[in-house]
Amino acid sequence: MNNVYYGKLIFELSREGRRGYSLPKNEMSEYKLESLPGTLLRSEAPGLPECDELTVVRHYTNMSNNNFGVDTGFYPLGSCTMKYNPKINEDMAAHPAFSGLHPLQSIDTVQGALEVYYKLQESLAELAGMKEFTLNPFAGAHGELTGLMVMRSYHMSRGDVKRTKVIVPDSAHGTNPASAAVCGLDVVVVKSRPDGTVDVDDLRPLLDDTIAGMMMTNPNTLGIFEHSIAEIAKLVHDCGGLMYYDGANLNPMLGKVRPGDIGFDIMHINLHKTFSTPHGGGGPGSGPVGVRAGLEQFLPSPHVVRQDIDEDSYRYDVEFGGDSLGSISGFLGNFAVMMRAYTYILSLGHENVKMVGPLATLNANYIKESLKDVYELPLEGVCKHEFVFDGLKDKSTGVTTLDVAKRLLDYGFHAPTIYFPLLFHEALMVEPCETESKETLDAFIAVMRKIAQEAKEEPEMVKTAPHCTPVRRLDDTKAALQQIVTYAELRSMEN
Amino acid sequence: MNYKFFPHTDEDIRVMLNTCGERSLDDLYKDVPSELVFKREYALPDAFSEVDIRRYFDELGSFNTPLTCFVGAGCYDHYSPSVVNDMMRRSEFLTSYTPYQAEISQGTLQYIFEYQSMMAELTGMEVSNASMYDGCTATAEAMMMAVANAKKRNKVLISDTMNPIVTRVVETYAKFHGVVVEHIKAENGVTSRSDFEEKIAKGDVAGVIVASPNFYGILEDYTGWADLCHANKALLIMNCVASALGVIKTPGEWGADIAVGDGQSLGIPMNFGGPYVGYLCTSKKLIRKMPGRIVGATTDADGKRTFVLTLQAREQHIRREKATSNICSNESLMALYVTIYMSLMGKQGLREVNEMGYSGAHYLAEKLSETGKFELAYPGQPFLNEFVVKTDLDIDQLQDWCVDEGIQAGLKLDDHHLLLCVTEMRSKNEIDALIESIQDFINSNQEEA
Repeated sequence: MNNVYYGKLIFELSREGRRGYSLPKNEMSEYKLESLPGTLLRSEAPGLPECDELTVVRHYTNMSNNNFGVDTGFYPLGSCTMKYNPKINEDMAAHPAFSGLHPLQSIDTVQGALEVYYKLQESLAELAGMKEFTLNPFAGAHGELTGLMVMRSYHMSRGDVKRTKVIVPDSAHGTNPASAAVCGLDVVVVKSRPDGTVDVDDLRPLLDDTIAGMMMTNPNTLGIFEHSIAEIAKLVHDCGGLMYYDGANLNPMLGKVRPGDIGFDIMHINLHKTFSTPHGGGGPGSGPVGVRAGLEQFLPSPHVVRQDIDEDSYRYDVEFGGDSLGSISGFLGNFAVMMRAYTYILSLGHENVKMVGPLATLNANYIKESLKDVYELPLEGVCKHEFVFDGLKDKSTGVTTLDVAKRLLDYGFHAPTIYFPLLFHEALMVEPCETESKETLDAFIAVMRKIAQEAKEEPEMVKTAPHCTPVRRLDDTKAALQQIVTYAELRSMEN
Repeated sequence: MNYKFFPHTDEDIRVMLNTCGERSLDDLYKDVPSELVFKREYALPDAFSEVDIRRYFDELGSFNTPLTCFVGAGCYDHYSPSVVNDMMRRSEFLTSYTPYQAEISQGTLQYIFEYQSMMAELTGMEVSNASMYDGCTATAEAMMMAVANAKKRNKVLISDTMNPIVTRVVETYAKFHGVVVEHIKAENGVTSRSDFEEKIAKGDVAGVIVASPNFYGILEDYTGWADLCHANKALLIMNCVASALGVIKTPGEWGADIAVGDGQSLGIPMNFGGPYVGYLCTSKKLIRKMPGRIVGATTDADGKRTFVLTLQAREQHIRREKATSNICSNESLMALYVTIYMSLMGKQGLREVNEMGYSGAHYLAEKLSETGKFELAYPGQPFLNEFVVKTDLDIDQLQDWCVDEGIQAGLKLDDHHLLLCVTEMRSKNEIDALIESIQDFINSNQEEA
């Protein structure tokens, strides 16, 4: 990453009369837009910049130099699964035979695209132990919402209308309760045991005929496998509820455990985590939702189906309606993201996909064991893909988790996830993916040890980190107070 | 191991396991009850090489037919300059996460700030969020925002001239979120003013959702609508095709409270339905009710102008079960896409794109009526680059005929109505080819008769 600060805005590079585009000549210009009634047109042109092409190219290139991605360096961000995003995925996503298709083209002209959709959902079903997937949801949170809609549709279809509560562990991602609330469900929180897993004794009294289901990640947000999962699933099923699997932490399960085999009925997968599609600075993602047999009729519309014509020919079609919960997307979801994920699955093949979980788990345990003498490890024992330190072991220096995170940036590493989960005060959540080498992990371990040393010797320096990044610590409070969110506002404030 | 995405040598694995105090990779899963472990091989193909993958997708791609596109209906075939696609592959943008560590994410934060600024300009609104999944979900989010804002009201009106694809998503969210959706009737291709007046007067409406251009391509006159909404304590939500906002009257000018829609028309490839980008803009007054992320300006410890995610207390991961939206990301890379697109096109380029679409669509409409088999379904209604024609021809057969000629001839609305769209991508030759193909179809029908 270039640490030379670039802070100009495109609007500041604009000069009246410059052009950054070329369009064909209007061959039918006798039909003039000006003939529309003036009352239906905007009174003045939007205040967009006017720039030549090279100015635009340099501007965004310079901006990108102030950004850190997986290709820049190690990105051990817990619960985000920042693995390498293979380049072949990008090439296939841009394949011209797919990228130019209109989503409402005649079905017979998009059979190749529908086959990608169908085969990917089939592959995910095999990997997850589910009957069928919809690929329509746009992100993990969107998948959660869709999955909960499936859950409610199932109960409603049985006339079981009083099931309006969903159980969520206190360690859950914040999205779980939010998705439940948007879906019209009330959240009931179940406590964790001291070892970080769901407290089955706390769960039992919560179970009755108002429970729609329970949401869990496994391994949980502490990176610990919920070993009582079979018992939990049985309890929830016995009370008539369904089990929802939040696929945020699916990566370590590849090759070892399928959610559908351990009691889950509905789940989502984050293609941008487990299946290597790039996070793109916050999206686009994709959050396919899978269900066990008996729930597939509730999946959202449109739904891709395969119709066998005879023994060796078939045709794909797109269906609406029936018992489907309705539509949660305009078309068939983020198709170009699916192209990437399917490319990744084909690249790995069955023989390599099964190594993803074990190698990710090996990397996490290796870092944990190599640093637990200087960072506080609240829970001993093997972790899965990630683990949580509760800050530095030596708390006397006053150096916090935030300081450690910021100091890591100086050494060219992205910070781990901090202050989550909420179970610890100084949480520092590390997830090293299977695509990271031992040399990278060793370098990270060495820097983490060095920071622990610096905390003792030069605490002020650590507390004021970062020092070598394009910009220094930002004033969050000022941003919230002044609420400057557009260039127009910024300009009037600066003048 | 010797696989390209796994750097571990056998020696690495041995040493690392040793550090962990374990003997094998299997031992790392000793906490998983053995009856829960997956023991067979996945029923998936053997690993594909890159060559295999390219062959495979080339072959699958041959089952798709590229068509000259005369369909819009929420997804538009616009030109995007080469610069945009090139910049999109810069891995510093592509492979980064949400910009939580602002010190090393100024690239992402700054383009989102630019995006917000441009969308506010385009819609004529004061503020924009950092983007949403697509136009449909953005509209559903606007509905939930209106309901949360109204506190005790849970009814929303939606015009029948809205794209039904959007309405379908809004209705799904409404069903589960406990919102009642009532439709405002359409008359002659536009929203019925009298039906609106009657329904809003009941005083129990939280929000009213209308479209511009509407599903039939028509620019409706919303004079007085905002006042009537506000007099009845409802928010006016306007869903617009982003590209059209380069020329049409903006939601801000109509007095709308929330502007939403899809940004795909700002050059994003059609990609068989996604990824696109939803936008949601509103007034400063409602900023704390707005779902999604927001980037704000601030300074760093040295006083440099910088950008950061702000007003996060509104967001789902903080509000948890009190949240009124569960979105916890944006469609960042696609926001970058439209930001670079708008940087290149500027105010003049967007105008030209709209002029060309207008010219092409009106030329096509005239040529179609000259065949004697089509007439405008809503004569006299002003349209931009999409319009509906009425015909007695068999639309399915007509479309199949055109597909054989490599043309997607619009979207069938029902047995007698066809929705067509023309963008700057359609040359006069292509439009003439469509007309010719349709004329051939008409002739062949007459011969048969």
